[in-house]
Amino acid sequence: MSVTIYIPGDSGSLSLGAEKVAKAVEKEIAARGIDARIVRNGSRGLYWLEPMVEVRTEAGRVAYGPVSAKDVASLFDAGLTNGGQHKLSLGDPEKLPFVAKQTRLTFARCGITDPISLEDYEAHGGLAGLRKAVSMAPADIVKQVTESGLRGRGGAGFPTGIKWKTVLDTAADQKYIVCNADEGDSATFADRMIMEGDPFVLIEGMAIAGLATHATKGYVYIRSEYPHAIAVMDKAVKVARRAGVLGKSVLGSSQGFDIEIRSGAGAYVCGEETSLLNSLEGKRGVVRAKPPLPAIQGLFGKPTVINNVISLASVPIVMDKGAQYYKDFGMGRSRGTIPIQIAGNVKHGGLFEVAFGLTLGEIVDEIGGGTATGRPVKAVQVGGPLGAYFPRALFDTPFDYEEFAKRDGLIGHAGITVFDDSADMLKQARFAMEFCAIESCGKCTPCRIGSTRGVETLDKLKQNIEPEKQLALVTDLCNTMKFGSLCALGGFTPYPVMSAIHHFPEDFRPAAVAQAAE
Amino acid sequence: MVMQPASTELAERTAAVISELKNLEGPLIPILHGVQEEFGYVPQETLPIIAEALNLSRAEVHGVFTFYHDFRHHPAGRHVLKVCQAEACQSMGSDAIAAQIKQKLGIGFHETSKDGAVTLEPIYCLGLCACAPAAMLDGEVIGRLDADKIDEIAEEIRS
Repeated sequence: MSVTIYIPGDSGSLSLGAEKVAKAVEKEIAARGIDARIVRNGSRGLYWLEPMVEVRTEAGRVAYGPVSAKDVASLFDAGLTNGGQHKLSLGDPEKLPFVAKQTRLTFARCGITDPISLEDYEAHGGLAGLRKAVSMAPADIVKQVTESGLRGRGGAGFPTGIKWKTVLDTAADQKYIVCNADEGDSATFADRMIMEGDPFVLIEGMAIAGLATHATKGYVYIRSEYPHAIAVMDKAVKVARRAGVLGKSVLGSSQGFDIEIRSGAGAYVCGEETSLLNSLEGKRGVVRAKPPLPAIQGLFGKPTVINNVISLASVPIVMDKGAQYYKDFGMGRSRGTIPIQIAGNVKHGGLFEVAFGLTLGEIVDEIGGGTATGRPVKAVQVGGPLGAYFPRALFDTPFDYEEFAKRDGLIGHAGITVFDDSADMLKQARFAMEFCAIESCGKCTPCRIGSTRGVETLDKLKQNIEPEKQLALVTDLCNTMKFGSLCALGGFTPYPVMSAIHHFPEDFRPAAVAQAAE
Repeated sequence: MVMQPASTELAERTAAVISELKNLEGPLIPILHGVQEEFGYVPQETLPIIAEALNLSRAEVHGVFTFYHDFRHHPAGRHVLKVCQAEACQSMGSDAIAAQIKQKLGIGFHETSKDGAVTLEPIYCLGLCACAPAAMLDGEVIGRLDADKIDEIAEEIRS
């Protein structure tokens, strides 16, 4: 019987040597004359164990990791093809605590299937949601998505169904579905993982959105920093087109829907939805004032659904299993599951999909296992470069949109970066301002100029020049940026800055610097 | 202002890129990407050609070209090394890693080595945040950078 060996082709795994492992496995297969097939799957998201090689045996899948090219010969010696014991044996991957504790709805297939095999996708429950949607009235699809409680996973948390309803209710000769795959926030990689590991779930979600709103054209705007994701999505769209999932008729229905993949060009601000629309139109990625809402006047002035990758990729399961099924996960007004991305200085970094409600402490200490360096955790930035720094004292905060807002933070795209006690929070605050200055689109003054003045003010503070005055100035500046900026870039940069000042005041008293100078 | 007329060869190559992408909706950014792929950067002389083909003003094309970090004004080195400097990598010492790389290559960020072997750039997130610190060499991703991996990179650049 032919053996199937899984070696992730996900860029996280590639960055850790998966390509060399695959080459070594190929060589061993040929040298030993083994009847085996290699599948380049996505990642299951356990990055401290990547590259994680799996083999399908009669008793189920068996994993090994982290595998390097030099381990490959010994793995075959140990009987890898039958799941033989080796020092890198991990056993059944489904039973690894990091996997077993998750609730994988959106990421159900990621790391398991061959990303560009539509047969594999269907064999693992794919297309069931779209098949149901094809036989439903658009308003009923919208209703089901609304009832599921799904909110925009890009960060804003706006109810997905409501956005769709506005587009459905706006008459136009052309409507669009735009997928925001400009995942620029540090600590986030969920979009990348799903596009590389299970691209059809995004295509299916977009096709459902098309059926629900009478939109016939979709764009996936992927940041250029993700060449692997762009390549996989390109291939998957072609496969879907050949199979009749996309094209003039979606699965034999009377409506057509097609998707085009577009690459960004290295502008963080294009993750802001109106900047992204301008960029797609071939303009500078400058923010648009709202109203008009993109749902009414979006891409090329037409009604447009613009959703994050994970929002769209969560729709197929909502359509397949029903609104109630999805809604039963979560807490408060945060329904369903959220793929938490645990990153930075952390022992067990990776993607952990779970119902809303875990506390920050559980995520960092129990699931993440503390820092990679073994030093105490000092701060955790939640929600990317525009998210607040949380100290240990706030580790009881449950992962929920409203609970984080109550503590002057945000969950954003659910990426968290762990810092150990060597972190200098003044430096982090300065970086937040500097990053805003580099990436500001320049349209509004608080963001464009405020960020540069912020860097200068924090530099003066560092040099101990009238420190009290600088702190008052930066606080005032943050207030202006927060309430005077057009979009989240200028509006949310105050979160990391003010949270650092508020929770780590000792780092903003340049006493040590002053003493050294005396 | 007198514009230097573009060479025939450059104009032809630019026209070929344009004609392939012109029928897309919002074709300007795909065209700029295409031109950069063709020449390794976006030569100034191509901008008026693009503007005319898309019925845009030169100012509009210039504005878009200069807005995005990706589009190069000059040719890059034979290799391009992008080192992530965003928060998740910072938490794993990307500052020190960048300093080592700069010393090893003898250049700073946004610079190209004198022999034209390599251009060094900062990048803000490669989505390898659980494999930090990370970098990208000619489109290939590298995670958990350390002194050994920096040596390997330097070797590949010199070869």
